[in-house]
Amino acid sequence: MSQILSGPVPKRHYSVGYGLAVFFLFLVLLAVLLPAYLSHYDPLNADPLNAMLPSSWQHWLGTDQLGRDVLTRIIYGSRYSLLISLASMAVAVSIGSMLGLLAGLAKGPLDEFISRAVDVISAFPDLLLALMLIAFTGPGTTNLIFALGVASIPRFTRVVRAQTFLVMSSGYVEQAKTFGLTRRVLIWRHVLPHAVAHVPALATLGLGTAIIGTAGLSFLGMGPQPPTAEWGLMLAEGRNYLRNAWWIAVWPGVAITLTVISVNTLGRYWQAAFEGKQP
Amino acid sequence: MTQALFIDIQNLTVRFGDKTVVRGIDVQLKHGESLAFVGESGSGKTVTARSLIGLQDVKARITADRFLINGEDMLNASQRRWRKIRGRQIGYVLQDALVSLDPLRKVGQQLKDALRASQTRTPDSLHNQSIALLNAVGFPDAETRLAAYPHQLSGGLRQRALIATALAGKPQLLIADEPTTALDMTVQKQILDLLQKRRDGGQSLLLISHDLSVVGKLADRVLVMRNGEVVEEGQGEQLLRAPRHPYTQQLLAAVPSPATRGLRLSGERGLALPAKQIAKGQPLLEVNGLHKHYAKKSVVNNVSFTLAVGETLGIVGESGSGKTTVARMVMGLVEPSSGHINIQGERWSQVAESERRLRRRGIQLIAQDPLSSFDPRYNVEKIIGESLDSVGIYGDARLQRIRQLLDEVQLGDSFLKRFPRELSGGQRQRIAIARAFAPNPALLIADEPVSALDVSVQAQVLDLLAEMQAEHRTALLFISHDLGVVHHLADRVVVMKDGAVVEQGQVDTVFHRPVHPWTRKLIDSLPTF
Repeated sequence: MSQILSGPVPKRHYSVGYGLAVFFLFLVLLAVLLPAYLSHYDPLNADPLNAMLPSSWQHWLGTDQLGRDVLTRIIYGSRYSLLISLASMAVAVSIGSMLGLLAGLAKGPLDEFISRAVDVISAFPDLLLALMLIAFTGPGTTNLIFALGVASIPRFTRVVRAQTFLVMSSGYVEQAKTFGLTRRVLIWRHVLPHAVAHVPALATLGLGTAIIGTAGLSFLGMGPQPPTAEWGLMLAEGRNYLRNAWWIAVWPGVAITLTVISVNTLGRYWQAAFEGKQP
Repeated sequence: MTQALFIDIQNLTVRFGDKTVVRGIDVQLKHGESLAFVGESGSGKTVTARSLIGLQDVKARITADRFLINGEDMLNASQRRWRKIRGRQIGYVLQDALVSLDPLRKVGQQLKDALRASQTRTPDSLHNQSIALLNAVGFPDAETRLAAYPHQLSGGLRQRALIATALAGKPQLLIADEPTTALDMTVQKQILDLLQKRRDGGQSLLLISHDLSVVGKLADRVLVMRNGEVVEEGQGEQLLRAPRHPYTQQLLAAVPSPATRGLRLSGERGLALPAKQIAKGQPLLEVNGLHKHYAKKSVVNNVSFTLAVGETLGIVGESGSGKTTVARMVMGLVEPSSGHINIQGERWSQVAESERRLRRRGIQLIAQDPLSSFDPRYNVEKIIGESLDSVGIYGDARLQRIRQLLDEVQLGDSFLKRFPRELSGGQRQRIAIARAFAPNPALLIADEPVSALDVSVQAQVLDLLAEMQAEHRTALLFISHDLGVVHHLADRVVVMKDGAVVEQGQVDTVFHRPVHPWTRKLIDSLPTF
């Protein structure tokens, strides 16, 4: 009866926001991969004679306090901002999922240990924990990646652990046991694919947070050091000139905001699409 | 004349989009009469009943030449007008009593809600009225049970409570959708007795069921429905005894019973099933003094039985009798607390999993819910193929074997690439059977394999299972709550209650001359016709 009442499956429509987000992220991707094709300026080349110029045909978004082209620095900076966030997500996904799978399979004391450790990590706000870790390791790109990655581990561990429990007690895993499959084959074939099914959507949403985290920590001087072009760092440098040359700080801020919104839009969309497929 | 009719509907049609699920049926019900809709899933019986209280799906479009309830035209009536009908003129007991009560509210509160909504003012307090309602549906100890939450009540009591809420507004008509499905056999009898008492007290009833034998005695008139049409209408007992329409005949013939032993249930009537070859005195499975307890609770208590090569042993019991735990212990999925299990003379329980793993292919399982026993990412080819891992058949040979198995369960090659969700319940169970027979097991365990299926599909699956079993000479451990199915299929039977075996022996002996009072009670609760 329920099949009749449930009616036809509604068609998924792509909203304007989704299109804009994809378009913007495509631009960001271009900037990451081929910055030299988008701008003929050098992001590090200081030109004091042309410092703090407002936007013009030569410098679309103006120049900063040292006369460097702001648009060029935003284009080149995308590489740092984005790659740091992506790398930190990769750290979180791999370590987090592995811990989750381990906890879900082991049960008992090991599960208890991992779960409580994850509880401790998530008791701290992400940024605060990252700051603490950097206080130990010192600033720098690698350390920033590590710190942000560790701070995002809990959500992956928890989701994968819960999912593993669910799959392990499912009928099809039980059935597979009766075929005489070894535990290793069983986990590889049936448990792992279902356990990590939610991870891509979760990682995309996490990427937005990571971008903000990267920019925030760079702003505080914990990430790449000057004169590197990085969005958070540009924001920090530009804030002293807000009164005379607002464009130095505002445009990097706009870049961060738009990227995060786009990534989140995509993440939400994927999550919804994925949940639609769930039985 | 029309004034005497409580419900008078002509040419009722219900459409969802361009799909017609009810095709022009007439429903007429006199005051005090009881009526039953009988049909398989998708026959439109629930849709019809729901349209009688204006609870049809929002996407449904209803048309009718006449749609009178108690003389009022209710076709496309507003929700406000329907609310005056619901509860006060027609009470509705939803399908699935186990989930239809709010789990967070006490039974008493839910009864009072229903009483308040009915607005039948009486000098009696709500509290006293609630107690009276519970007493009316045969609730033992009604006063104290008002404070109970639904989960504290058994399935039968929940169904009673639900019926009590439906009766709160003293409706002239009580609609009960599958009132006994998912209930144990003995509880089913209690609920049917209760409904019968209401009917004898002058209450109009509309019963909806997939099981003709359940409602046949209760209803003055039965409408047999199929694909949204009424194929036969008649007086209950007479329909059961002498059905005229081929579909009704087919429905009744498909019901497994003592009379159908050794005969096919589907297809041409009365054809014999292939004979089983049972190697008597050659025990394949020996279960000896099996105990299982979780914490301090004992779930299986001293269970012993044997199963010979090619034989079928039925295990019968109500929910909570421990029959599934026994099956899981025989499967080697749960370790017994004490006692032992031997298969082919070798120790099967209390051995290391590494040792057991190699022998697992010899014992296969058909689960109650095939859907959950399939990995949703796997298509049919991979689902069946996986069970061939253990016998080391790969590549072309595997594909060939899968095709052959699909052929044996009467599904074509076109099913190879289908996913479980794209299959019907019967097709899924066929795939589960194909998978179970793939490694040529000596022992097959089937845990309620047909209880989720429509009766005609159940007939096909049971026939298939019997055929495959005879052909492969497999021993079958068949677990069911349905005595009819077990009597139809099994050679010997074990009756369980509260974790212990109360009686076992040849099927005919146990069912025709039961010794234990519990077995007698089980058999008495079978709807007779």
